[in-house]
Amino acid sequence: MCWLLGILFCAIAGAIVLFMLVQGIRFLRPSLLVTSPTAGFSQSQTGGFLDPLIGTVVVSLLGLAIALPLGVTIAVWLTEYGRPFPLARATESTVEMLAGVPDIVLALFGLLIFSSPILGFLSRTSGHVVFGRSFFAAGAMLSLVALPLIVGSTREGLQSIPAHIREASLAVGKTRFATIRRVLLPTARPSVITGAMLGLGRIIGDTAIIVVLLGATLTLNQAGNTPVFSVLKGTGSTLTSFIYANAPTGEANQPNKAYAAAFVLLLVVLALNLCVDLIGRRTKVVSWSS
Amino acid sequence: MDDPLLFEQRPHWWSDRRAGLTLGTIVVAALAGVVAMVVFVVVQGWPSFAHNGLSWFGGGGSVDQQIKAMFLSGETGGHYVYTFHAWPLIWSTVLIVGAAATLSLACSLFVAVFVVEFAPDWMKEILHPVVRLLASVPSVIYGLLGVLVLVPFIGNHVISQHAKASVSHIISLSGYSLVAGVLILTVMIAPLMISIFADGLRSVPRHWLEASQALGINRWRTFWKVGVRAARPAIVAGTVLATARGLGEAVMLAMVSGSVGFAPNPFDGTIFFFEPSRPLAPTIIQNIEGLSSPPLKHTLFAVASVLLVSAMALSLAGWAAKQPLKRYAAA
Repeated sequence: MCWLLGILFCAIAGAIVLFMLVQGIRFLRPSLLVTSPTAGFSQSQTGGFLDPLIGTVVVSLLGLAIALPLGVTIAVWLTEYGRPFPLARATESTVEMLAGVPDIVLALFGLLIFSSPILGFLSRTSGHVVFGRSFFAAGAMLSLVALPLIVGSTREGLQSIPAHIREASLAVGKTRFATIRRVLLPTARPSVITGAMLGLGRIIGDTAIIVVLLGATLTLNQAGNTPVFSVLKGTGSTLTSFIYANAPTGEANQPNKAYAAAFVLLLVVLALNLCVDLIGRRTKVVSWSS
Repeated sequence: MDDPLLFEQRPHWWSDRRAGLTLGTIVVAALAGVVAMVVFVVVQGWPSFAHNGLSWFGGGGSVDQQIKAMFLSGETGGHYVYTFHAWPLIWSTVLIVGAAATLSLACSLFVAVFVVEFAPDWMKEILHPVVRLLASVPSVIYGLLGVLVLVPFIGNHVISQHAKASVSHIISLSGYSLVAGVLILTVMIAPLMISIFADGLRSVPRHWLEASQALGINRWRTFWKVGVRAARPAIVAGTVLATARGLGEAVMLAMVSGSVGFAPNPFDGTIFFFEPSRPLAPTIIQNIEGLSSPPLKHTLFAVASVLLVSAMALSLAGWAAKQPLKRYAAA
């Protein structure tokens, strides 16, 4: 029974990967990667997916830029300070809850706060109406998706450092915060990076927040004239929303493009996984002798 | 050495005492943000609940037409219409997520046991990264595979013309169906469950299993009676996480479930499995353009708050289920 299901599982996994590989190679052209998408009705008219590719990179950098410091802060506070105790418990369960919050709910909430007038400078506005959809909005909400993974992984890393390392550092006169910054965080760096990679995987793979908060427009629509800021203020799309729009249920309906984009996305995820694996292998060598 | 400054340095602005406080403040701010999110979403959804009362959760009329009426009433700016009966959406969510979670729990447990205990070593080497990879494949790729492979297959080969004709006056059976949603969702959440189950099973102390085998109990029974029982907290945790993922899955289900506000009827016989429907989360994403209309906006937030509360209840239930198990848990 176990053998049967195990082999069935392998077969399904293999079929998915092989199928995507075949379809991806069939439809992926290098030119797709460097041309912008355009509106059109046939496969040859609709261009490539340069803009979604850029969008994916921008959104993941933005999300990670928010989630990483915040996640590490929370993890450090939880393991090294953690007082008052009820607050630590509350933080723990909130982070746990955040992992279970549907991303579509986060997206709606993001739209609510980013279309308030106070945050109007972060997205496009026309008169008094704040559009509320921008790379900023999407990045901020996507950071919440990645946060639980980063906190969990960093905490695990910090907790696995034996107490005598901390004591040794304190004994030579380092303060508590210096110990954290100079000793504990560098030691836990592989776990932090693993958490960041896992979080990045979630950010890249998320579709609902992108569709709602990034506008999922065809190309990058800049808002304003400031060079970088205007892109971040504007709307755009990512690979996931490109696939969603190009599936038969979407608006564009160009399945071949969707296959090609899905293949690229799968390659990115695969690369992230390999990174996590490599980090995991390397840290196993450096283990604490008790 | 008499110079006191050598020993008493000017306090740095980023002093050690302030560090703990600062970190704590950031944590509290983040906490407050999350709490504010829950409050905001529920408050925004409240008008919809207030206008409909408990019949919000009941059935009656066509959900799609109600949404349309709401959208139009908001656009024209006249009298807002709030009538909304979400039962078809709730029923679809319960069916798809419940079936997928059950199916995937059963399969994942066997696969996890296989991965940890019975697979030969070379296979473990392959399986471990494969499970991890599948767990991190974006849902939209599963949706794409579903909509381009599974749905046409069901539509063309599984549903007979006779079955299609028999219900054509109510609903069209085109392959976008309950069974497609359940199958794809199962494939999507199973790797997540397997990887958490396998971690739990791996952390069962070796000597517990060896003690059991030393008593003459065979390997299969040992693993089920000792290993799986000791790993129960991990099994609960994995199930809760995977179910929450399924509950919140909007994009993939929007692609394969059919996107019709229709409540599949179990008394329809085999056709039941091929009836289209639409769970709660895809409803939000497909009506996102309607946020400009106030009544529809409140309704969508009401749907979101139902999802939020169910996700929270799920993790609470998981926590409650874990408590009595902790005593027997492997460290």
